[in-house]
Formats: sequence, structure tokens, C-alpha cells
Amino acid sequence: MASAPFTPASPMGFWQTFGPRADPVTALNWGFSALSVAVVVIVTVLVVAGVVTRAQRGVTDMAGLAVSRPPGGMRWIYIGVALTFVALVASLIWTVAVLAAVNSPAGRPAVTLEVTGHQWWWEVAYDGGPGESFTTANEIHIPAGAPVEVKLKGADVIHSFWIPALTGKTDTIPGRTNLAWLQADRPGVYRGQCAEYCGEQHAHMALYVKADAPADFEAWRQGQLKPGAVPATPDAIAGQQVFFERCGACHTVRGTEAGGAVGPDLTHLMSRTTIAAGTLPNTVANLSGWIENPQALKPGAKMPATYVPPAQLAQLRAYLETLR
Amino acid sequence: MRRLSLPCLACAAVLLANCTASRPPGGASAAGGDPQRGRMLVSQVGCGACHEIPGLRSARGLVGPPLLHMGRRTTIAGVLPNTPESMARWVQHPQAFVARNAMPEMGLSEAQARDVTAYLESLE
Ligand code: HEC
Ligand code: HEC
Ligand SMILES: [Cu+2]
Repeated sequence: MASAPFTPASPMGFWQTFGPRADPVTALNWGFSALSVAVVVIVTVLVVAGVVTRAQRGVTDMAGLAVSRPPGGMRWIYIGVALTFVALVASLIWTVAVLAAVNSPAGRPAVTLEVTGHQWWWEVAYDGGPGESFTTANEIHIPAGAPVEVKLKGADVIHSFWIPALTGKTDTIPGRTNLAWLQADRPGVYRGQCAEYCGEQHAHMALYVKADAPADFEAWRQGQLKPGAVPATPDAIAGQQVFFERCGACHTVRGTEAGGAVGPDLTHLMSRTTIAAGTLPNTVANLSGWIENPQALKPGAKMPATYVPPAQLAQLRAYLETLR
Repeated sequence: MRRLSLPCLACAAVLLANCTASRPPGGASAAGGDPQRGRMLVSQVGCGACHEIPGLRSARGLVGPPLLHMGRRTTIAGVLPNTPESMARWVQHPQAFVARNAMPEMGLSEAQARDVTAYLESLE
């Protein structure tokens, strides 16, 4: 982690992509844009030319035009329909080919994960079989250069998983599992965003895909597999008790009695760079303010103001800071 | 935006003139900090997760008091005189002045505390 991570110039831009599951869409985007501009230009030129030549020929008797058809007058209609037909069929074939390319299975995925859209955060479960599975939130790590299969689920309403630089939009729908594929050509941080209006805090439902060099990914994965740290200082030990009483009903820290499933898994909270689905950088100040009163920062979020007494807030923070 | 800029410039000119009259020369505030840098630090650190701060749209926290008129108040947290020196110490070590209050120690350096102070003192 010596050098600064690569981030696309415009994190939500879709004109520049960085993986085989998005590149064909970019070509399609440019192609369709060019085609649309060409259609507008051609039609405009023809209309203007028609008006001008008619004016030059001195046609003034408009009433007579509708019924008189000079021989060969249908030529432009045939040409126009034929051109349009060819363009539309070509676009259809291109679109279907692109859809097939971005959705087709890439053989064996290097990693399979399950992303569940919640109001208003993303649950991310890595399924590596018994003893190799873990859950995190809002930040997806993947090995760069390898295909990743993403199973998409919805917990409450319809959301949409969208990482413009890596993959197009796929809805997360309660009661069914959709599939998306991800692959990043190079290590970097790629921003994503819920792309289907899902309620009050839809705009604060971002996620990050961090493509790591394979060795870094493996190190991260090993770290995430571990249970929550055992607190050692008096403050952190007291803080863990506060956590069990005040937070454990909604949040899980693996390996402890805190097993709630309403909010994000906090087992390795401190390994994340943002909190509340990309809403705030994960700093001491933001974390403290969020815990005391998330409603001021993300009104409507499914975490209520906790009214934790300030003395306990410091202990709670001491405990959370051990969750690396 | 365009229309505002002229009166703003005039204001800034008046303020600057005031500064040089009442404060040590050098253009910086009495604490020696840079209010622009201070404003950036306040955003980066996340003071706004607990405080509403006038002029900072992202600062909408409702844990501590809003930092309205910080430059014109006479006390800080009701326990310190509102001087640049004590403000710089407060933002570094709030726990040293009001034990167990909710405001955490955020690891600000001396220079950062001076910049943050200069910014807070600029909130007229
Ligand atoms: C009623 C359930 C509930 C309780 C109780 C609760 N939380 Fe939450 N918490 C949530 C939900 C839901 C979210 C996700 C909010 C969002 O991003 O929209 C959340 C988010 C968080 C986050 C951000 C996590 C991330 O990675 O984005 C932290 C940190 C957190 N809670 C800490 C706490 C602490 C500490 C307590 C106890 C004082 C607590 N929560 C109590 C439901 C709860
Ligand atoms: C976790 C919440 C929290 C964070 C983060 C926080 N504060 Fe505070 N702050 C408080 C509380 C609570 C008080 C009231 C303390 C008191 O009166 O004893 C306070 C008081 C203050 C005061 C005195 C206000 C007054 O009305 O007298 C200032 C100035 C201040 N904070 C600045 C900052 C700055 C600058 C930062 C960021 C570097 C910051 N705070 C971060 C909670 C916070
Ligand atoms: Cu949404």
C-alpha cells in the first residue's frame, strides 16, 4: 500500500471503463451516440435541402401537392426505410452481443460473493465454503485481473447494483437472485452507487470496489476471516459491554455474543475507509458523531439516535478501534 | 454568484484593512493559523458529524452545540475564555477541560489546531 491507489478520473463516469465486463458497454455507448448524432444530422440536412429546393422550384400551390406524386418520388422513402432498418437491426445485434459478453459466465470465478441491498447500505458476503466465509459491508475487495461472480439479492425493496467503471446496472430484487460479473484490469478503487430509487436515503447508498493485487487481496481476506479482536485495555473491555447492551441487537461482531443482523457487520469496522455506505470518511470524529446521532447525518437511516452517555461513548470508541 | 462578488470583494477589503489595523502584521490571524486550511481540516476531520457549522453545508451534526458566531463569543464550552490560545487547546484536548464530554480527542497537531482556530474565529 505504498503508492496511492489508482482511482478513475471521474469515479462515477461511464465513458471510461476498466474491465472486460464494462468495456463492451463503453463501445456500445460511443457507437450509439455517434449513430444518434448521425441520424439527427442526416435528417436535418434532408429537411433543409427539401425546403430549399422546393422554394427554388417556385412551388407555391400547396393544396395541389398532397395528391400529386411526380414519378420516382417514392425513392427517398424506400432509401430512408431501408437505411433505418439496417441501422436498427445492426444496433439490435450489437446490443444482444454486448449483453451476452458482459453476462456470460467466465468459467470458474476466482471469487464468489453475495451482495444484498438494504435500505440504505450493502451487505457483502464472501462464500468460500465452511470456515472460509465471512460478511462485511459497503466495501468489496476483489483480486485484480480475475473474474468475480456477484449474486445479487434484495432485503427490503428493489435496489440496483452499479459500478460504472466495472459493470452495468443489475437490480437487486427481494425474493430472487440476480447475477453480475466483475473484473478489474488493474488495482484501484472504483465507486458504485445504488441506481434504483429506494427511498429517502437512496442518494447515500454508495459502495466501493477495491481491486487489490492478488497477494494484497489474500492478506485482506485472511484478516477478514478472523473473529473480532478481544479487547485488552480497561476502556475497551468496558466498551465491549456497552456494545453488547446497546448495539449487539442490530450489529454482529463475529466470535462474540453480538449477533444482530439489522445493520452492517462490524467485526472489522476499522478496515473500512467510509461508514454509512460511503456517506462519511471513517474518522474518529465521524464515527463518534454517527454513533450518537446518525439521524442528523443520514435522516431516516434504520439506526436510531442511541443517546449513549458521553463517558460510555469514549469506552465504546476504544472498543470499536480494536476491530481492525 | 457574479453579482455577489463585487460587494464581497469590498467587504474583504474592509476586513483586511481592519485586520492590519488591529492585529499583528502578516495577514494571518492572531493565532498564526490559516483559516482556509482550517476550514478544509474541519471538513476532513469530521467536526461536522457533531456540530452544525455556518457556511459548511456538510456540517449538520446534532450532538454538540452549533458553532454559530464562534468568533464573537466570550467563552468556549462555558469554561474557557474565548481567546485563540484557549481555542487551540480546546480543539486539541477537549477532555482536559470538561472531563467525559462527548467531544473526542482527534489527534490534531499544534499547527492544525492553530489553523482550525483561525477558521473558527472567522465565524463572525
Ligand atoms: C436498531 C438497530 C441498530 C442499533 C441499535 C444500532 N445500529 Fe448501528 N447501524 C444500524 C443500521 C441499519 C446501520 C446502517 C445505516 C446506513 O448506512 O444506512 C448502522 C450503521 C452503523 C455503523 C456504520 C457501519 C458501516 O460500515 O457503514 C456503525 C459504525 C454503527 N452502526 C455503530 C453502532 C453502534 C456503536 C451502536 C450502539 C451504540 C449501534 N450502531 C446501534 C442499525 C443499528
Ligand atoms: C463526537 C462529537 C464531537 C465532535 C466529533 C467534535 N465535537 Fe466539538 N463539541 C462536542 C460537544 C458535545 C461539545 C460541548 C462540550 C461542552 O460544552 O462541554 C463541543 C464543543 C465544542 C466547542 C465549544 C462550543 C461552544 O458552544 O462553546 C467548539 C469550538 C468545538 N466543539 C469545536 C470542535 C471542532 C473544531 C471539532 C473538530 C476538530 C469538534 N468540535 C468535533 C462534540 C463534538
Ligand atoms: Cu437506491
